[in-house]
Amino acid sequence: MRDKLKFAAVLAAVYVLIAGIIAVLAGLVWADLKPEERLLAAQVLDERVGGIVVFGFFLPFFLGFLINHLFRRYISAPSQLAEEIQLIVSANPDHRATPRGSAELRKVVRLVNELADSRQALQRDVEARIREASRDLEAEKNRLAALMSELAQSVVVCNIEGRILLYNARARQLLTQPVDKQSGAATRSLVGLGRSIFGILDRNLITHALENVHDRLTRGNMAPVASFVTTTPAGQLIRVQMAPVVSAVEQGRPEDMAKAASAPEITGFVLILENITRTIEMGSRRDALMQTLTEGTRASLANIRAAVEMMLSFPDMDREGHNRFIGIIGEEAAKLSTALNRTVTEFADSLKTQWPLEDMRGADLIAAAQRRIEQKLGLQTKTENVDESLWLKVDSYSLIQAFTYLASRLRDEFGVREVRFGLESAGRLAHLDIVWTGAPIGTETTMSWQTEPMNLGGEASPLSLKDVIERHDGELWYQIEKPRHREYFRLAVPVTHPEEVAWTVPVTGESRPEYYDFDLFHQAGQNPELDQRLLSELTYTVFDTETTGLDPSEGDEIISIGAVRLVNGRLLEHEVFEQLVDPRRSLSAQSIKIHGIQPEMLAGQPAIDQVLPAFHRFCEDTVLIAHNAAFDMRFLQMKEGPTGIRFTQPVLDTLLLSAVIHPHLNQHKLEAIAERLGINVIGRHTALGDAMVTGEVFLKMIPLLAGMGIRTLGEAREAAQKTFYARIEY
Amino acid sequence: MTKKVLIADDEPNIVVSLEFLMERNGYVVKVANNGEDALKCVAEFVPDLILLDVMMPHMSGYDVCQKIRENPAWQNIKIIMLTAKGREVEVTKGIALGADAYVTKPFSTKELTAKVREILGE
Repeated sequence: MRDKLKFAAVLAAVYVLIAGIIAVLAGLVWADLKPEERLLAAQVLDERVGGIVVFGFFLPFFLGFLINHLFRRYISAPSQLAEEIQLIVSANPDHRATPRGSAELRKVVRLVNELADSRQALQRDVEARIREASRDLEAEKNRLAALMSELAQSVVVCNIEGRILLYNARARQLLTQPVDKQSGAATRSLVGLGRSIFGILDRNLITHALENVHDRLTRGNMAPVASFVTTTPAGQLIRVQMAPVVSAVEQGRPEDMAKAASAPEITGFVLILENITRTIEMGSRRDALMQTLTEGTRASLANIRAAVEMMLSFPDMDREGHNRFIGIIGEEAAKLSTALNRTVTEFADSLKTQWPLEDMRGADLIAAAQRRIEQKLGLQTKTENVDESLWLKVDSYSLIQAFTYLASRLRDEFGVREVRFGLESAGRLAHLDIVWTGAPIGTETTMSWQTEPMNLGGEASPLSLKDVIERHDGELWYQIEKPRHREYFRLAVPVTHPEEVAWTVPVTGESRPEYYDFDLFHQAGQNPELDQRLLSELTYTVFDTETTGLDPSEGDEIISIGAVRLVNGRLLEHEVFEQLVDPRRSLSAQSIKIHGIQPEMLAGQPAIDQVLPAFHRFCEDTVLIAHNAAFDMRFLQMKEGPTGIRFTQPVLDTLLLSAVIHPHLNQHKLEAIAERLGINVIGRHTALGDAMVTGEVFLKMIPLLAGMGIRTLGEAREAAQKTFYARIEY
Repeated sequence: MTKKVLIADDEPNIVVSLEFLMERNGYVVKVANNGEDALKCVAEFVPDLILLDVMMPHMSGYDVCQKIRENPAWQNIKIIMLTAKGREVEVTKGIALGADAYVTKPFSTKELTAKVREILGE
């Protein structure tokens, strides 16, 4: 449209110009003519007036055509091309410019299109590479997470400030606060992403180990490891090994290489924790055993020896003296026997050879053996009377191999078609039976089976059945129940106790734990200039309390605290705090309706002065978030005096933030906000449930606030404060 | 003049043998069943030599030995320590506290007799 106007304007201007030029020319010529010439000219013109008029009439059309052509070719075409290029550059890389205009312009168009092609190819390539790289990275992260969660060792990775970036389930279990038997308070894990390791292990020990590692690094040792022994809060003795995480050196950057070569920068450290309580206990039991055996025996032996030597040296002694010495010898010999028996029973664990045995549920061992026998030998297997509760200490590989070996000989030499397994408890031992029916096989045969090396389908094992059984501190024998034609091998092995093996049960059934967050590597210290930090990168504790009523100054008390940690934009469902509190006062029926906590649920729970220190530790170094935080904070502040515990960290209130985001809406109740933001509300009106919902709400609010230009903690607090005053004034 | 030997041990079964052995070797023997008793006997009986067991209730042989050596009047009393503890550090401690000899249980009565004679300078 504008082009058309432009064109019309240009055309009009050309007409006016030409008409003007002709008029001026005609005027000048006319003025120069003499009167007679003018007459003549008039006559000449007059005679040709038709031709001139016709020419004058067609001239504009001709010019219009010409100018139109030129305009299209040299003005319109380039500007359309420019628009098309703009389109390719900014909006649609798939678009290609249409060839138009002059030959030169068409050439330009072709080149532009070629350029667009190669640019697009390049872009696609880069995108593909990025996708691939991030897929690899994700896969690697998952592999690492899976590996870590399966590791039998406890692993904790920290950045140089001691903040935990990664931990595995074992570490979580090892570093758990002990159950407070008196108060019945729940166990609470001390590890958490973004938390300080110094809250768990002695800072000085870690710093010392770090210095040690650093020293050795600078001296050119590329893989220094420091170790120390310390105790966990639960009183377990642990050996800690520390390996440094050294900043990656970019290849081909000489200044980096040089720097790394002189003093590699430690960006963090890996701690491998090993519970050595039992090892140490075993060691000291062995010591005690040695002592009992040596010193206890020495005295008695001395008494016997002295008495015997008296009798030998002085054969002339009277009958009475003689009897006295005999009596002494008898008494001391009896004492020795008793002591020896007691020692053997008491120290049975410490006496046996230390073959690495694992704790395994007997039923699981049998199931594994069944699978193996069915697959490898094609025999039928069944179970009879398997005690599911029995745990054994076994080397499962060699034991299953032994069972399979027995079954294979039964099949090959006696045509046995089916074997059955039984497992029963017999005091300190478990009886594991392999049962079959058929003709008796005789004890000599079974003896030879036990001593020959096990041969399984051509795979000879260096071990004999006897070796395997000995390794398990067990015994194996063959028995027969003649009337029922029932025969069995019975393996007697010591049972172990489930509480010792409880740690083999995974903490959670989830395959992908939330136990790592490498983004924390880039996180600076939490404290300085918190207000300058982006909301999306802070660590928060979202919490909620349930109370006996609304007014702490009138004696209302907290009866429940629930909290969850929020790190790098993730709600960490494993890192929660949940504790009922004995308010030391009665509950009103009205409040029970709201929180649903019955008075008997609170009986025996710890009081607030026990709970607050633990909660304070849980919140350490984080920003607090609560819905209607002022309410909860008032309850906490009322306890500052009596408990001496102050919550000084910054606090954000989702109620106020909601008012910042939706100033014109009046509903800022938690349910209403959650619904507005599309969050499923489950488990509400428990402190932890509400804390979780509040956390989700806050996560959704971060981008909404960013859209309003509120990005840092400082900005959020300021905005919240403004609405707060606005609401008060209102 | 017959020499006097004090046996300080809480275990009657060794005391019987030691008492018999010493008497047969011609010494005047007295028995104490614990550390305090032993110190009392030292004061009253004034032995030439003590066979002193280390592990006794209330007051150990080490303590008794130390107390005896603290008293200038008792410097000449010879002390042989008897013990079921055979570690080298314990031997060292006994000697350091003033024992003349240290015998680990079980011992040969012949050798013990020889040692007693030697220490008493007979």
